[in-house]
Amino acid sequence: MAQTIRDQFDRRMDRRRLYGHIFHALCLVSIFIGLGMLAVLLVDIFLDGWRRVNWEFLTSFPSRKPEQAGIQAALFGSIYVIGLAGALAFTLGVAAAIYLEEYAARNWLAKVIQINIANLAGVPSIVYGILGLEIFVRYMALGKSVLAGSFTLALLVLPIVIIASEEAIRAVPSSIREGGYALGATRWQTIWRLVLPQAFPGILTGVILAVSRAIGETAPLIVMGALTFVPFTPDGPMSRFTVLPIQIFNWVSRPQEGFHEAAAAGIIVLLVVLLSMNALAVLLRNRFQRRLEG
Amino acid sequence: MAGQGSTTNFADAFASVNASSRWKKYLPERIIKAVLFICAAASIFTTVGIVSVLIFEAALFFQEVTLWEFLTNTKWTPLFASKNFGILPLVTGTLLTSIGAMFVALPLGLMSAIYLSEYSPEVVRQIVKPVLEILAGIPTVVYGYFALLFITPILRAISDDISVFNGLSASLVMGIMILPMVSSLSEDAMRSVPRSLREGAYALGATKLEVSTRVVIPAALSGIVAAFILATSRAIGETMIVTIAAGQNPNFTFNPFVPIETMTAYIVQVSLGDTPTGTLEFKTIFAVGLSLFVITLAMNLLSQFIVRRFREVYE
Repeated sequence: MAQTIRDQFDRRMDRRRLYGHIFHALCLVSIFIGLGMLAVLLVDIFLDGWRRVNWEFLTSFPSRKPEQAGIQAALFGSIYVIGLAGALAFTLGVAAAIYLEEYAARNWLAKVIQINIANLAGVPSIVYGILGLEIFVRYMALGKSVLAGSFTLALLVLPIVIIASEEAIRAVPSSIREGGYALGATRWQTIWRLVLPQAFPGILTGVILAVSRAIGETAPLIVMGALTFVPFTPDGPMSRFTVLPIQIFNWVSRPQEGFHEAAAAGIIVLLVVLLSMNALAVLLRNRFQRRLEG
Repeated sequence: MAGQGSTTNFADAFASVNASSRWKKYLPERIIKAVLFICAAASIFTTVGIVSVLIFEAALFFQEVTLWEFLTNTKWTPLFASKNFGILPLVTGTLLTSIGAMFVALPLGLMSAIYLSEYSPEVVRQIVKPVLEILAGIPTVVYGYFALLFITPILRAISDDISVFNGLSASLVMGIMILPMVSSLSEDAMRSVPRSLREGAYALGATKLEVSTRVVIPAALSGIVAAFILATSRAIGETMIVTIAAGQNPNFTFNPFVPIETMTAYIVQVSLGDTPTGTLEFKTIFAVGLSLFVITLAMNLLSQFIVRRFREVYE
């Protein structure tokens, strides 16, 4: 009797272990599908486009002939728009984070602003394009310019900057602030000289992530009215423009193989920029963490 | 202040100097605070801007098209000679691609999260998680390229019924795009389940599978569900993959093999076209944009509510 119960238990245990192994294998497969797709995507694009990535490609304007098409206009458009948008989002976002963390009373207004920021982060990017078109392009009469484009993108990435900066400021120990106050420093002196330098690497990480999000955005700028065919380098904040992702989109939507190759080459340039920015963010974060622990 | 004659009361002078230096010291403080507040309020202005632009312009649209027609007509042909303004084809297109994407992202993301949180050695987790998150940082236009020029040809080699533009290819690739969102957020939720719960189950003789599925997942359920909803909302608002790979044909269908059009793709189509601003045709993008905004906002609020309301808090 005891023997049969024991056998029964062993059989069940074996079966439970077997299910466990199967499940473990399935989990591994899932991870490998995710990682594998990333690898396939990168390899596919590299193989499609590497032949076109050269100096000529970077310094040519778009063309009706695919083999002569280049990304100079898009590259400069991206640099101008992202540079302005990044500076704006950085200033506004850090200021907002300082207010929310250091000044705001824990009242309903601060709560409303917090909830609002969380929800803004979830608004589809294309809706920001509609906002940019109506407010910046039409109402403020900036036209479909570099300036209007960078305002639109700045608002889009603002929640990312605010949330990251808030976390960085919150991580600064309050003993540091109290030390400042004890020496007679005002609130702002304490923030400017003591809190911000400590929080800076964390803030910078957030800004880099925000900028790398902005670099890849296509839809809001299309809706806002960025051009798709630009044979000139933008010459100022009021100039019309295109950006790299829109140029890529334009080439993908054409039927000719040659343009697809140009699109892949454009994507390689875009991904190299993005991945190096991400690597920089990870590096900064690691250094920041070490310093807090050390 | 010092040269007011010999009768000046020393204490008065001291108080007035003190007050003026205080004023000098604290005035900039107040200005700084006000400026910072304005920056914080910018986020409120953004929301007000979005809501008022969408509602104002959509209201103009609904003066000419009834809400009833907009919500029930099954044809969407605002750019044709015979105009129909029924948003349903765009809604089915959006639902088809988002639900398709969730069919990919949900199982893969959840299983990846379980692996990272319960099975993998710490070293592996620290490498795999950020690498997986690279997927979330790749621009959507790149996924569009990948869907149209890599996945679609493979699908068409498998079946002749699949068109060049189809919902299936866009869904599959969008699923890969939102996979890291599901896996990262779910994994965070699972890791916040305390060890003691797992150890209790192991002590009762449970296997790792049983601990994962009967203890950890139920305990982390609110976080996991919230992650799914956020990811779905992201898929609904996604634009470039569906614009490039799913087509621009507002078909009232759930067939994943034929060209369709999503709400987002329609907005891009109008923006790229030469529809004059101010016309009824152009105003459609505000009505569609408002619908998109309301749907995604509702889902984001729901996800926040679930986290707040159903979170299990462990000491």
